[in-house]
Amino acid sequence: MLACESLHHEYLSGGKQLTVLKDITFQLEAGGFLAIIGPSGSGKTTLLGLLAGLDRPTAGRVVLDGVDLGPLDEDARARFRRQRVGFVFQSFQLIPTLTARENVQVPLELAGSNDAGPRADELLHRVGLSERSHHYPSQLSGGEQQRVAVARAFSTRPRILFADEPTGNLDAANGAIVIETMTALNVEYGTTLVLVTHEPDLAALARRTIRLADGAVVSDTGR
Amino acid sequence: MTSAGFVRRLAWRQAHAARRRLMLLTASVVAGVGALVAVNSFTRNLTVAVAEQAKDLLGADLSLGSRSPTDDIKPARRLLDSLRRVGGGAVHVASSASFAAMAYHPSSGGARLVQVRTVDPGWPYYGTMTTSPARIWSGLQAGGVIVDPSLLTAIGAKVGDTLGLGEGRFRILGTVINVPGDVGLQMAFGARVFISTTSLPGTKLLAFGSRAQYETFIQLPPTIDAQAVARANGGVLRAERISVHTIADDRDNLTRGLIRLGNYLGLVALAALLLGGLGVASAVHVFIRQQLDSIAVLRCLGATSGQIFAANLLQALAMGLLGSVLGALLGVGLQQLMPHVVHDFLPLNVRVLPSPHAILVGIGSGLWTATVFALLPLLGVRTAPPLATLRRATDPVRARWDRLRVAAVLVLIASVVGLATLQVGSLVHGVAFAVGSGSALFVLWLTSLALIRSARRWTPESWPYLLRQGLANLHRPANQTITVVLALGFGAFILTTLFTAQQNLLRTIRVEDVAARPNLVLFDIQTEQQPVIDSVLTAEHLQRAEYTAIVPMRIRELKGQALADLLAKDTVGHRRGERGGAGGPPSWTLRREFRSTYRGDKGPGERVTVGHWFGSGAHGSGKSASDPVEISVEADLAKDLGVGIGDPITWDVQGVPVYSRITSLREVNWARFEPNFFVVFAPGALDHAPQSWVTMVRAPDAMVRGRVQREVAEHAANVTAIDLGEIQHAIESVVDRIVMAIRFMALFSLITGTIVLIGAIATSRWQRIREGTLLRTLGATRGQVLTILCTEYAALGLAASIVASILAGGAGWALARWIFNVHFVLPLASMATLAVGLVALTTTVGLWNSLEVLNKPPLEVLRAE
Repeated sequence: MLACESLHHEYLSGGKQLTVLKDITFQLEAGGFLAIIGPSGSGKTTLLGLLAGLDRPTAGRVVLDGVDLGPLDEDARARFRRQRVGFVFQSFQLIPTLTARENVQVPLELAGSNDAGPRADELLHRVGLSERSHHYPSQLSGGEQQRVAVARAFSTRPRILFADEPTGNLDAANGAIVIETMTALNVEYGTTLVLVTHEPDLAALARRTIRLADGAVVSDTGR
Repeated sequence: MTSAGFVRRLAWRQAHAARRRLMLLTASVVAGVGALVAVNSFTRNLTVAVAEQAKDLLGADLSLGSRSPTDDIKPARRLLDSLRRVGGGAVHVASSASFAAMAYHPSSGGARLVQVRTVDPGWPYYGTMTTSPARIWSGLQAGGVIVDPSLLTAIGAKVGDTLGLGEGRFRILGTVINVPGDVGLQMAFGARVFISTTSLPGTKLLAFGSRAQYETFIQLPPTIDAQAVARANGGVLRAERISVHTIADDRDNLTRGLIRLGNYLGLVALAALLLGGLGVASAVHVFIRQQLDSIAVLRCLGATSGQIFAANLLQALAMGLLGSVLGALLGVGLQQLMPHVVHDFLPLNVRVLPSPHAILVGIGSGLWTATVFALLPLLGVRTAPPLATLRRATDPVRARWDRLRVAAVLVLIASVVGLATLQVGSLVHGVAFAVGSGSALFVLWLTSLALIRSARRWTPESWPYLLRQGLANLHRPANQTITVVLALGFGAFILTTLFTAQQNLLRTIRVEDVAARPNLVLFDIQTEQQPVIDSVLTAEHLQRAEYTAIVPMRIRELKGQALADLLAKDTVGHRRGERGGAGGPPSWTLRREFRSTYRGDKGPGERVTVGHWFGSGAHGSGKSASDPVEISVEADLAKDLGVGIGDPITWDVQGVPVYSRITSLREVNWARFEPNFFVVFAPGALDHAPQSWVTMVRAPDAMVRGRVQREVAEHAANVTAIDLGEIQHAIESVVDRIVMAIRFMALFSLITGTIVLIGAIATSRWQRIREGTLLRTLGATRGQVLTILCTEYAALGLAASIVASILAGGAGWALARWIFNVHFVLPLASMATLAVGLVALTTTVGLWNSLEVLNKPPLEVLRAE
């Protein structure tokens, strides 16, 4: 499902070239559940972004669902994400000017779906937010916002879901609800799950764990 | 730290951190203050120039003007004799006659309608005629002509060639470059041709019924006070229909006129400044919303709402002052352009110098506008709760209407009225301006609310997602719809109104493209010249209209009251619109020479509003009060004269009394280029009165019209043949030049509107970029994001232009209906062009602000959260 070869990434910060990822190589089978862990600044989020095609690596290759992302231009990668990738972010990243229902509808409508409304209603029901579907993000609690984000992530039944610290901004109870929802949908839809976290309890739920330090893989367990 | 010190430091720190946002506040007032300073400073230059050049404008100490030679009028002759007796050889007198005539170039065959002016030696007594070649003015008295350069181009002649004027032939000595007191706009109605008075008889241009304006210019020694002479003799001279001008009169009239012109152009500039006020309000509103977190923290730490309000007010004042100073600098630069904008209306040379008074008033107006418009949103900081440190809703708390808010609104309204009153020097006009612009903004605001509601309710679900998403941004939280529609709509409203008014005004005079309308008019035809005219027209295969008689006459008695009695009541009024003493008719109606006609049928541009048109049978001989001839009077004139159906008027027709009785009142469409008359007599009574004739033809093209003009000029010298196409172009060029001056000022409203638009769009820029990035993360292509943004901004531009067009249509209709009295037609093509321009502007500014969303990788923006 997911393969990366010799991933290397640098960027300019404060006039200096910083190396954030060094020679990362691994593969993940379809339906798998991978946790990427490591301390702050170890390159977890950058790696997730490169794996999902949100940015281009300085060197190396990412093959996602059989497609090499390297040769794809920005729009081709966007179309690819639309069809096969879902996201959940630490800071929810809902569009503040859209209601919960509209936020869930967006990926479906971008894909030209004719049943975006009913499908959004169904997913919001699944995450327990039917009653809040016409509320704006600012009118929802953090936990509710993240559940909307999960519903949105699964709206197009993606082949793979990338989650960046999905419980980082939530309390334990809300975090548990979000993870439970994610894993349930993962099982139901057979979606591959890639999770970035620094919480050992959450990483323990994954079937495989890659630990990063200073931009390099220091351990890869559960393969 | 003292409270004042804390406030000052807080203001500085916050302003430093948010300087880009606050610069929008500064930019909002720059254009308005700039326009205001430019106009007011230039108006000051004009009044100085008038004071310095007053003598040159008249060219003499005293002038007498009349419709017949002054020497033929006894009181004028007596005055000149008495002045000569008192002043002796130090009194100099020069006469001049001005009239329209055809000039032609025998070599090339070119002919043009010109304004002939005869001059005596010595004139002008003050000021210098500038000619090319230099110093040929005095040579005029030896024969020859000096002409406007435009005539040479028009008829294909050059200096040294021969020019035909009536039956006279003159060598062209040179061209005139500057005539003191003349306005460039005059040339639109015919190039000027100067000849000596002694050359006039040889031309045979002036015959019975010819319209000419005679002027007598008098130079007085210092011992004789021109003003005292005018005061002492004015009444007697005016009773004989002689106007009296002194240097002081001309200076005061011109100063008044130019100040009025400056004031009203300044009002258009003020509109731009007030629109900038809206930009200030919008910028402060957004700034405060962004500061809510900081304010809440400061409140938690013990800062009072008064301190926070004061700090923010200080920022607004400082930025407003900066904007006003920058605007004043811009204004000083713009002032250099003003002579080019209004040079056609100026009879003098102006030295452009910055006026400290205008600069101070401009800065004061800008600062005051920024302050009063900032007050209302600033009051919001008083109620910002410290609780916001813990939880802040995106939706702002709805403002409560307490006493301070009401006071702020009242101060705002009073300020608009005050600034407008200060600008035009009239409370009534100031209030009218405030009500007018307030109403326009209110309608724009209402319409933008309707637009928001429509976008929410009526966007069909079946439309493509990208379109719906773009349109939905018009009503979603933190939308900028109201600000953008107000900011752009107001400037577009002013510009579209100008277009609408201009096009409706000009459409009525169009003869070129209306096949049925005559386009050549021949007048001052003597009865014996009719066969000559007919043969000229027949040779060109042209079908003329019936000859219409023109009988010059004046009022002798009105409703039984002698003219002398009526005029005796009037001692001062002599301009159109001024009413005579004791509420009598305006003096211009009593003094003027009426050029009336007689006929049995109504003209095409006439409509009887009261009474009946002449029926068949006898209409009276007009020879006695008991047998008056029936007449029809133009309705507005009847109102001025205070007469109605059945009232008697006795006319003086070349010394013979003609008695008449009003049987109908008419509305006349003066805008049609046809022989129209204030008074039409029933046929019979005037058949044998001294009269000249007018007729009209439609010639297929300008070449034929040119040939006819030339033939007429050669074979019937006194007959004037006017190409209405040329007149149409002349009027169009005059209207164009006036409109250009107003449009130049109105442009500042659009510039300010664009600055406010940039501010409004920049306000939501980060939000749009974040949304766009998220959409791209979720799989939207750059094209799709671009389509959403384009839809949103194009819809905003379209909304602003539609509202502006509707408002401008209403204003244009009102102007056409009540001011210009013309039939109203919506100039759809021009309005559509402006709308397209506005949509392009909004979309360009919007996209330019959001380009980042297309170019940055999604990860970069998401990480910046």
